[in-house]
Amino acid sequence: MADTLQFDLVSPERKLASVQATEVRIPGTDGDLTAMAGHTPTITTLRPGLLQVVHQGGTDDYVVSGGFAEIGFDGVSVLAERALPRGEVTQEVYEGMVEEFAAAHRDARARFENEPGPVDDTAKLLADMVAVGTHIGLDPKQPNF
Amino acid sequence: MPSLKDLKNRIASVKSTRKITKAMQMVAAAKLRRAQDAAEAARPYAERFNAVMAGLASSVGGSDGAPRLLAGTGKEDVHLLVVMTAERGLCGGFNGSIVRKARIRASELLAQGKTVKILTVGKKGREMLRRDYGKYFVGHIDLTDVKRVGYANAQDIARDVLGRFDADEFDVATIYYARFQNVITQIPTEQQIIPAHFEGGEEADTALYDYEPGEEEILADLLPRGVATQIFAALLENAASEQGARMSAMDNATRNAGEMIDKLTIEYNRSRQAVITNELIEIISGAEAL
Repeated sequence: MADTLQFDLVSPERKLASVQATEVRIPGTDGDLTAMAGHTPTITTLRPGLLQVVHQGGTDDYVVSGGFAEIGFDGVSVLAERALPRGEVTQEVYEGMVEEFAAAHRDARARFENEPGPVDDTAKLLADMVAVGTHIGLDPKQPNF
Repeated sequence: MPSLKDLKNRIASVKSTRKITKAMQMVAAAKLRRAQDAAEAARPYAERFNAVMAGLASSVGGSDGAPRLLAGTGKEDVHLLVVMTAERGLCGGFNGSIVRKARIRASELLAQGKTVKILTVGKKGREMLRRDYGKYFVGHIDLTDVKRVGYANAQDIARDVLGRFDADEFDVATIYYARFQNVITQIPTEQQIIPAHFEGGEEADTALYDYEPGEEEILADLLPRGVATQIFAALLENAASEQGARMSAMDNATRNAGEMIDKLTIEYNRSRQAVITNELIEIISGAEAL
C-alpha cells in the first residue's frame, strides 16, 4: 500500500467514486496540487476545475464546481458541491454550469456596485469555469472571456 | 335504519376508498424506498463535512475573528424558525407534529419577549400556522413542483436564509423537520443552523492539517455551504418521513376500510334477511286468512 491512496469523491447527492489511486490532481483555490501517497495532511478549498484521478485502470476525469478536499494520512476525500464525470458533461450541461456562474457574477455586480471584492470573486469563479471548457474542448459561449 | 339501497351504495363507496388508500400506500412505499436511498447516498458527504467543520470550528471558533455565521451576532433577540413540512396532506400526524413543535417554540420565544420570524417550506405547514402566526411570516418556499428534492433546492433555501442573515434580519435560525426513524416513527426535530454548531469531530486531528488558503478563509467559505448541507439533510429526512408517515396512515386507512366493509356487509345481509322474513310472513298470513 505504499504507493496508492484511498480516493473518495462525494457530492451532496451521491458518492461518485471510491478507488485506490496512485495520484489525484486537485484544482485547489490557491492552485492545483497533486496528492500522492504520503502527502502532508492538507485541507484545501476547490475552484471550478478538472479533477483527475490516476489509478491502475487509467485516469478518470471529473468536473467539479467548488467544495473542498481533505488529504489525510490514509487517503483523499473530495467533497465537491457538484461533481460530474467528464463523460457526463455535454455541451448542454456545461453551458448550464457556466451560466450559473455567469448569473452569480451578474448578480454580484448588481448588488455590490462599489465593492470590488465579491464581484472579483465571482468573476474568478466564472473564469475558472470557462477555463474548464477549453480544457475539455467545450465552448463556454461567453462573449466576455 | 338505512335502506338496502343506501347500504349497498355505502359499501361500494367504502370499497373504492379502500382501493385508493391501498394504491396510495403502495405508491408511498415505493417513494419511501427512493427517499431512503437518497438519504443514504447523502450521508457520506454530510458526515465528512461535519467532521471537518467540527475540527475547523473548534480551532478557529474561539478567536475574535470567527465568522459571524459561527459566532453569531452577539444577540439572541430575533429568531427565525424555518418550518419544513410536506406539500401534501394525507400523511397522518407528520405535518401536525412538526408544526406543533414549532408552535411551542414560537410561543415560548414570544413569552420571553423575543421577536419571531417564520419561514415556511412546504404548503401544509404554512396553512396550519397561518391562523395563529400568520403575522410572523417572512417568506415561503414552494416545493410543489419538485418531484425529488435535490441539493439545488437546499441551496435555494440556504441562499434565502443567508441573505436574510446578511441583512441582519435575525440572530438565530432554527429548522424544524421530522427525522426518519422507521415507517412508524418519525421524530419531529429542531436544529439550530445559525449560529452554526457542529457536533463531534476529531478535534485533536485537525491541528495536523495544512490549510490552503488559511483556516479562517476555508471556514468562511465552508460555513454557508454547511447551512445548505444541513438543510439538504433535513429535506431528505423530511421526504423519507413524509412517505413513511403516509404509508402507515394509508395502511391504517385501508385496514379501517376493510373493517367497515365487513360491518356494513353484515348489516346489509341482516336487513336483507329481515326483508325476506317479512315478505314470507306476509305471504303465509295472507294464505292463512283465506
